[in-house]
Amino acid sequence: MSTATKNPSAAEPASGRKAPAGERVADWADGRLGIYGLAKANMRKIFPDHWSFMLGEVCLYSFIIIILTGVYLTLFFQPSMGEIVYHGPYEPMQGIRMSEAYASTLKISFEVRGGLLVRQIHHWAALIFLAGMFVHMMRVFFTGAFRKPREINWLFGFLLFVLGMFTGFTGYSLPDDLLSGTGVRFTQGAILSVPIVGTYISMFLFGGEFPGHDFVARFYSIHILLLPGIMLGLLVAHLILVFYHKHTQFAGPGRTNKNVVGMPLLPVYMAKAGGFFFLVFGVIAIISAIATINPIWALGPYRVDQVSTGAQPDWYMGFAEGLVRVMPGWEINLWGHTLVLGVFIPLVAFGLVLGVIALYPFIESWITGDKREHHILDRPRNAPTRTAFGVAWITAYFVGLVGGGNDLWATHFHLSINSITWFVRIFFFAGPVIAFIVTKRICLGLQRRDKDKVLHGRETGIIKRLPHGEFVEIHEPLSQGQLHTLTAHEQYKPLELGPAVDENGVKRKISPVQKLRAKLSKGYFADGNQIPKASAEEYKEISEGHGHH
Amino acid sequence: MKKLSARRRHPLAAVVVLLLALAATGGLYAAFAPAGKAQADETAQSLAIEEGKKLYSVGCASCHGTGGQGTTDGPSLVGVGSAAVDFQVGTGRMPAQQPGAQVPKKKVIYSQAEIDQLAAYIASLGAGPVTPTDKQVDPAGADVANGGELFRTNCAQCHNFTGKGGALTEGKYAPDLEGVSPKHIYEAMQTGPQSMPSFPDTTMPEQEKKDIIAYIESVNGDETESPGGLALGGLGPVSEGLFAWIFGLGALVAVAVWVAAHTAKAKKS
Amino acid sequence: MSSQQIPEDSLPAVQETAHGAVEGTDDPFADPGLPAHKPRIQDLDERAANRSERAVALMFTLSMLATVGFIASYVIFPVDKIVYIWPFGHVSALNFSLGLTLGAALFFIGAGAVHWARTLMSDVEVAAERHPIEATPEVKAQVMADFAAGAEESAIGRRKLIRNTMFGALALVPLSGVVLLRDLGPLPEKKLRNTLWAEGKQLINMNTMKPLRPEHITVGSLAFAMPEGLDPESHDFQTQMGKAALMIVRIEPDDIKDKRQRDWAHEGIVAFSKICTHVGCPISLYEQQTHHVLCPCHQSTFDLSDGARVIFGPAGHPLPQLRIGVNSEGNLEALGDFDEPVGAAFWERG
Repeated sequence: MSTATKNPSAAEPASGRKAPAGERVADWADGRLGIYGLAKANMRKIFPDHWSFMLGEVCLYSFIIIILTGVYLTLFFQPSMGEIVYHGPYEPMQGIRMSEAYASTLKISFEVRGGLLVRQIHHWAALIFLAGMFVHMMRVFFTGAFRKPREINWLFGFLLFVLGMFTGFTGYSLPDDLLSGTGVRFTQGAILSVPIVGTYISMFLFGGEFPGHDFVARFYSIHILLLPGIMLGLLVAHLILVFYHKHTQFAGPGRTNKNVVGMPLLPVYMAKAGGFFFLVFGVIAIISAIATINPIWALGPYRVDQVSTGAQPDWYMGFAEGLVRVMPGWEINLWGHTLVLGVFIPLVAFGLVLGVIALYPFIESWITGDKREHHILDRPRNAPTRTAFGVAWITAYFVGLVGGGNDLWATHFHLSINSITWFVRIFFFAGPVIAFIVTKRICLGLQRRDKDKVLHGRETGIIKRLPHGEFVEIHEPLSQGQLHTLTAHEQYKPLELGPAVDENGVKRKISPVQKLRAKLSKGYFADGNQIPKASAEEYKEISEGHGHH
Repeated sequence: MKKLSARRRHPLAAVVVLLLALAATGGLYAAFAPAGKAQADETAQSLAIEEGKKLYSVGCASCHGTGGQGTTDGPSLVGVGSAAVDFQVGTGRMPAQQPGAQVPKKKVIYSQAEIDQLAAYIASLGAGPVTPTDKQVDPAGADVANGGELFRTNCAQCHNFTGKGGALTEGKYAPDLEGVSPKHIYEAMQTGPQSMPSFPDTTMPEQEKKDIIAYIESVNGDETESPGGLALGGLGPVSEGLFAWIFGLGALVAVAVWVAAHTAKAKKS
Repeated sequence: MSSQQIPEDSLPAVQETAHGAVEGTDDPFADPGLPAHKPRIQDLDERAANRSERAVALMFTLSMLATVGFIASYVIFPVDKIVYIWPFGHVSALNFSLGLTLGAALFFIGAGAVHWARTLMSDVEVAAERHPIEATPEVKAQVMADFAAGAEESAIGRRKLIRNTMFGALALVPLSGVVLLRDLGPLPEKKLRNTLWAEGKQLINMNTMKPLRPEHITVGSLAFAMPEGLDPESHDFQTQMGKAALMIVRIEPDDIKDKRQRDWAHEGIVAFSKICTHVGCPISLYEQQTHHVLCPCHQSTFDLSDGARVIFGPAGHPLPQLRIGVNSEGNLEALGDFDEPVGAAFWERG
């Protein structure tokens, strides 16, 4: 780097005047850290403006908020299952036996000034963190931002989402209240269903039989150290790659695959992104001021023989909960062993549903065979099959989520819980198929509309009467920028396997894998699965035709 | 309605109800009693039974049978006791309007005096749980914490942590306990209406029932404290999740749209 | 996944466009280049810019005031002060005021900064070049050569003994860490197979902590019990209750469809495990009219009049029944332990 060979006397310019203090500090740091080299590359780094590009920032900032508030909570929380009798200020718990974990959470809520607020910020931020990651991931998915060179970053993001779910779950379990204890009991039952090793894992995780006296302390170190530590590492890697790859952008005039158009980090994005942190924190603080989350004092301490109806996990585990609720109770007993399919299949399905979205970028790039870098985002309509697949996936996810809250749907919509369960059983499979077909239709319709717009211009809504009495609507031609934007997307051709026999008349060997690939490629790109975009020839023909009128 | 239900649990409410009931029974009695005869307690009782029987044959007999023996449309009422009648009619569940998974709480159509007469008639068919006195159901001085413990052991599985209600099978449900009078809660525990099992005094003594009533009053009443803000229905993670998505993420997306939007350009003059 | 069979023409033509306006092409869809920057009001009108400045300063000032308000709230409101605020209900004055002031203090910093960026900082869009991520062939060749040289110098390819033993050592060393996890908990052995219930143990009512008697339990009532001798204050109460919790109902003997269930009952009083056979929630949503019991966690439904058979939901087998009788004092007692493991099924259950 050129800055490495900086003149050592640069701190004192020729005039003899001493450089300003800030510059001297920067010089000092540069001599040890090489900060000028870093700053040169990044200070005026360009970020494109689009609201959906800020969803990742919602996640980053809520993660920071969670860490800040979490550290505060550790100062008061006692991760212990030692039992005490409560004598604090909350009357409905006085004289009740409870774990120190639960008692200290009551203390944070009722005795530490601002403790309740910090607890609520921590928990609301966690829900928003997971919701933000979900939406951010969907944004990346539907715009094709996961394509080369960003596949690895997609995986980092996916891992953050999954780890976030488990970090959230372990945190939800820490107060040792009746709701979270029920969730932990479920976890233990689910672990028991794992063939061969289930009972061993359960005994090791809980330090013996459930509930034992260890899980709060163990979940605590997993929740505050192990998982967030890994997440922090992944997050840094995720951000480094975002910087390194430079941000994607939507097609538009002047925006190509080889540039990035937007505002510089200094000063605009420093202010916008920095300001956004405060906005996110502010919104979450206000929500925590006005809405209760997880009022553990109303739930009571965990007792293995007590339970409440409406026992649900936090929303991000709701989809898994739904799968567990709607599964039929299959159990196979053979040779003195029990295969608990009724619990184990949902566990596996949970992994599969998540896994399929994680691997999607690799599947798509295998089908297209595209090895080029992509920095221009797709509009969802221009990738109908991908978009339809994504909507189908979300449908399955949300049907599962409905299943996870089937008891509340039943009471609040006056339905039978059994009917809802059957609805989820059927629509977990049928819903995605319907969603796929409908979404694809909509995408193709939108593509046709874009094509019409390019060829015939924008409908102005102005009706004109021609001299011979005919009424026509005036179409306003698009500007060149708009024409470019609507035709900038690339369209793949379906993969052809070629003739079944080669030039010597010998039957060519085509592997089943290649056949599958060709079939999928057809499903993606054959006529009818995408609308060919307007060509320049079509456009000219029509616009010249207009000239004759 | 809110005001009415709030007043219903006013300390004097029970007294007012009792006075009204007494006045009504007294009035009816005066109207129908043969003049100038000595009125023993027993006669008053038998008169109430007589009146109750009339009300019964008009409002109840079509489903429960002319003698309370039950039909295909309604169960036998022999031995259900006056507490069951007071609960079912006093919460408006009876008379039932239409068949369904469960008979819901409705507007009460009988006066308390009429309910007492009906209860007296049904009680005369066979011994059963007796309508509790005000002293029996008064939660004053009860142990709220013990009530919570008992509630979580015996009640929360159907009625939720703080009595917000929950789903049962095939469209049946355990109702929200907000605004239910102590007497009706007590009677429900005693008699086990509809799907609900009973919790007789033998397994759950009177004092424990009072503790439970005190707990419900403290966590699911108009004056219930929710220090953290909106209670979101007291339904737990589902409503919290919806709130986080709609108001949390929704607000943040709105903010993000503002942050990323281009500033208005000056109009060309 | 060989790519040999992919005809390259399945890929669309690469759209290469120059930066800036493309002139002289007859492509109507050509990239016209970045549109010219249009000024904002603030760029043209100094008064508008000054108004923006004042708005930003106002927001920062509001943030300062909110922080003062936060500290004031912290000092003023006692932690247990409850106030009624419509529409939020009876809320903690401290939580409400701290949250709103903190939220405002933070929000106005952010809003001020963003307003500043949007109205006063340059809004000229800038294009930055992207550079290919892949290395040039020269760089790649150099790296390969360096790597080959390094590998050659280490002799790892030739001295296979070193290589293989090193891999062996590295593969084995994590085992120590795995072995260290052994003492996380005991082995399962028969722990999941038996509970505290044994012949002669009385059924203790969870509400009154007194022995249950048959006459206590009426038809349609529901009671919960634990084994005699288990102390709620003992160290392993939770662990024992997790297996021994009992649900007791009385059903008219004629209504009991399952013969064994009738035999194991006492005059229609049946005792079933309260621990759901699905994943172990305490199950007790007993509908006394239908004798169905529903699990609040995952809605497994059991028919208590028919051997606690599963009639709906994800549970795989009936709730275990405890055989009960009456002892000489007239109290209900167990006639043994459950004859099968209670709670969730597991591999060794059989």
